[in-house]
Amino acid sequence: MMKLIYAWATGLVFGLGIAISGMMNPAKVLNFFDIADTWDLSLAFVMGGAVAVTFIGYRLVWRRATPLFEDRFQVPNSNVIDARLVGGSALFGIGWGIAGFCPGAAIPALGMGRWEVALFLGAVGLGLALARILKGQSILPRSASA
Amino acid sequence: METAFTPFASFGGGLLIGLAAVLLMLGLGRIFGATGILSGLIFPERCPEFAWRATLVLGMVMAPGLIFLATGAWPALDVPVSPLIIAIGGVIVGLGASFGSGCTSGHGVCGLSRLSLRSLVAVPTFMATAAITVFVIRHVIGA
Repeated sequence: MMKLIYAWATGLVFGLGIAISGMMNPAKVLNFFDIADTWDLSLAFVMGGAVAVTFIGYRLVWRRATPLFEDRFQVPNSNVIDARLVGGSALFGIGWGIAGFCPGAAIPALGMGRWEVALFLGAVGLGLALARILKGQSILPRSASA
Repeated sequence: METAFTPFASFGGGLLIGLAAVLLMLGLGRIFGATGILSGLIFPERCPEFAWRATLVLGMVMAPGLIFLATGAWPALDVPVSPLIIAIGGVIVGLGASFGSGCTSGHGVCGLSRLSLRSLVAVPTFMATAAITVFVIRHVIGA
């Protein structure tokens, strides 16, 4: 139960950060990328602040043997640079540049009660399902791999 | 459409995003990747994994309402594109984040902070294609 409350509070902190930073505003996100016209550099400050805290914070946390509520840290350790990583990331950027939303910004934005956000997240879900089909993974509730 | 340059609010918001990433690592030993968390909710594998993701997302969704209660104003959310464009962008974001194994939070915040080689490749890639896409849509096609 404590773990669930802890996760809730963590999500709330993340959502507050997204809302205060301006990340959940597609007009602002798209202007960050529009260097040629209505450029708004703000989102570089979001990334700078987030990475600064995470870079230091992770190293402090990893001094512990285990996390508070789990028996081990689950950190990806792959260093494989392949077409799937580069192509997928390139595609992700194209979608981000088209819509102006990314998933981490859209989930908190759902709390604004705006249909555009629900439409975006529904479409993301569809994209995730398509990717699973293309990878040969199940999209049924009892799927085995992540 | 012009938007105001907000370095202090954006940096402050960024600090909170980073704090959340650190808290998730401290508590659950996990990367804060929004797409992975969303994917885990849509395609649940095991119940305990589903439960913490659900409460985490609940916390995320409650944030704008809390800001409204505290300040009397909702955060800005202006969508300068059409519903069809939002839907197309969403599907591509889902496909790309799945094949690229991460998004702005997973690769951008957490991956860069870990100095992950994959993220050091992924982040410049998606930043570049996003900038090219915005340039093409706004200044080549002229939408």
